[in-house]
Amino acid sequence: MFSLITFIPRAIVQSVPLMLGCVGETLNEKSGSLNLGIPGIMYVGAISGVIGSFFYENYAASFNPVLGVIIPITACLIGSLLMGLLFCFLTVTLRANQNVTGLAMTTFGVGFGNFFGGSIIKLTGSDVPSITLSITSKAFKTTFPFAGSAGAIGKLLFSYGFMTYVAIIIAIITSYVLKKTRTGLELRAVGENPATADAAGINITKYKYFAICIGCMIAGLGGLYYVMDYASGVWSNDAFGDRGWLAIALVIFSIWRPNWAIWESMLFGGLYILYLYIPTGTDLAIKEIYRMLPYLVTIFMLIAISLKDKNENQPPEGLGLPYFREDR
Amino acid sequence: MEKTKKEPLIHITKRREISKKNEWAIRLGSILIALIVCAIITTLTTDLNPISVYASMWRGSFGSERKIWALLKELSILLIISVALAPSFKMKFWNLGGGGQVMAGVLATTTCMILIGDSIPSGALIVISFVAALAAGAFWAFIPAFFKAKWNTNETLFTLMMNYVATQIVAYFIIKWEVPKGSGQIGMINQNTQAGWLPVIAGKQYLLAVIIAIIVTIIMYIYLRYTKHGYELSVVGESHNTAQYVGINVGKVIIRTLIFTGLLCGLTGWLLVAGTDHTMSTSLEGGRGFLGVMVAWLAHFNPIGMILSGLLLVFMSRGAGEISTAFGLNSSFGDILTGVILFFVIGSEFFINYQVHFRKSHRKEAADV
Repeated sequence: MFSLITFIPRAIVQSVPLMLGCVGETLNEKSGSLNLGIPGIMYVGAISGVIGSFFYENYAASFNPVLGVIIPITACLIGSLLMGLLFCFLTVTLRANQNVTGLAMTTFGVGFGNFFGGSIIKLTGSDVPSITLSITSKAFKTTFPFAGSAGAIGKLLFSYGFMTYVAIIIAIITSYVLKKTRTGLELRAVGENPATADAAGINITKYKYFAICIGCMIAGLGGLYYVMDYASGVWSNDAFGDRGWLAIALVIFSIWRPNWAIWESMLFGGLYILYLYIPTGTDLAIKEIYRMLPYLVTIFMLIAISLKDKNENQPPEGLGLPYFREDR
Repeated sequence: MEKTKKEPLIHITKRREISKKNEWAIRLGSILIALIVCAIITTLTTDLNPISVYASMWRGSFGSERKIWALLKELSILLIISVALAPSFKMKFWNLGGGGQVMAGVLATTTCMILIGDSIPSGALIVISFVAALAAGAFWAFIPAFFKAKWNTNETLFTLMMNYVATQIVAYFIIKWEVPKGSGQIGMINQNTQAGWLPVIAGKQYLLAVIIAIIVTIIMYIYLRYTKHGYELSVVGESHNTAQYVGINVGKVIIRTLIFTGLLCGLTGWLLVAGTDHTMSTSLEGGRGFLGVMVAWLAHFNPIGMILSGLLLVFMSRGAGEISTAFGLNSSFGDILTGVILFFVIGSEFFINYQVHFRKSHRKEAADV
């Protein structure tokens, strides 16, 4: 039976990786970089966290939940930061084509994740092709103590691991910074028209480096959330699937607004798992059609914003273009 | 002492021109450095001797006649997709939907083979499925092109989404037609009658794909280089305004070029189903749509150059398959190596397009005075 009380929490859990990926990609795009490496970066973020906690869980004398959370997060941030730096170096410093660099990074990142995932699986010598980090995952999934006793409200609002709330806070902060602060204004200027921003004395390279690197780190956390919370600490190769691309789609759907991304990622999360809930009887095939929904919705959104042609709803004007001062 | 503002340490200028020899020296140099870096990574992460890993990759690609044919087949399929994408990219239309366009062709071919496979002779079926596949590919490319031409809808993201829509439609029909029921796959299509299967030429199963790839590459080379269409799309790629000013109908060129791209992608889908694999799965396209982007871009959209860049990538993936069986490594290791090589080649473009000047030392001049 379809019940909203069970459906909504599942949609929200599904939404967090998308939300973090989307906020990260939005930061990238606001600086004028269409980073198609995000799917790969989320893989790298996830596996870095897994490697960190795997060694902590297996080789530390005792397990401290605080360290157990901090270590994978730090590892994840470092891993995705390195990927971000690589993207910056290639596209900003060396002015390489962003799309090609991004696709190469996704190839690399997914390979990196699956290779090290596979290596650790071999290291554990287990029969199933996955790694289970149940202790770490338990620390990640710790919920509010009153969640269980607060009935439906408790289930809807408080039954999630701490990273869900962190993700929402990150989205709100990012939105605030982009919209209300001088830094955000200057960053948007860089993304819209780097030549003008440059003339106004804004350091283009610095802004792009910071926006891309921070964006990649946020996206990396999305990968970590997926393994530690959503998948209960089980890493298996290719399980993350196409969520990275969905996060990129979500950027359009949220019209480059991180605060909108919160609701819309939940909507996407719902659409993503809707096929499990729609009563189709024996017709399994139709479920595949429902799985198309998030992508179709994105396409319609894309068409709609180009039809309406409102300035504040358009992609950043300098999106995808490298900037070379002497080229003007 | 008087304070003077220092000249920046590094100063970058755009190169006016670069000789073909230097250009290739830089590119080959970057691949060489990449291979060395890959060797170091291999040793660090797997404790294997990199020379033997490379040797094994070489064997995996060129070790036997069968392996060479498998490599040629992969190269042909990838090459047609890359060549198909070239005009789009030359027009600066970022078509990331090559995969979806191939899947459209795959679906059309499969539909023909399954629905009318028994009722008409195989020869007619081949012709019908050929036309259907090309039309499907072209249609799938036409949709984003139409919106780009009419309302300037962002094509990069549009084509990207179209891939997943195509994949899901294919997934739908796989379940509809699965054999046996519940298996989630459709197996060999028309296995007994071989209706709609492309003929095997000279006893070599993949020869036809190779021949088609060669023909397509040559046609595209001529199309881009010597025809009015090719000229128009490169003007559109340089600047929409310039194109309009000289009287080119930008929207028309965009739609026409994308239909051409879609036709060739559909052709690839047809080859995959009717020619080489004889089945349909959601992973049949195998990421070649993205790989084709990189192949085309690495060769600067020159179809002849794509043979080389395509060979590099196919060699890496075939080789990766071999090392995964020979050393018990995970096959994803090949993706890491491919990624590293791509990073270096992508980075090397900078040194082809730009020149780096370092600050000249002033100390020497002072000594002279």
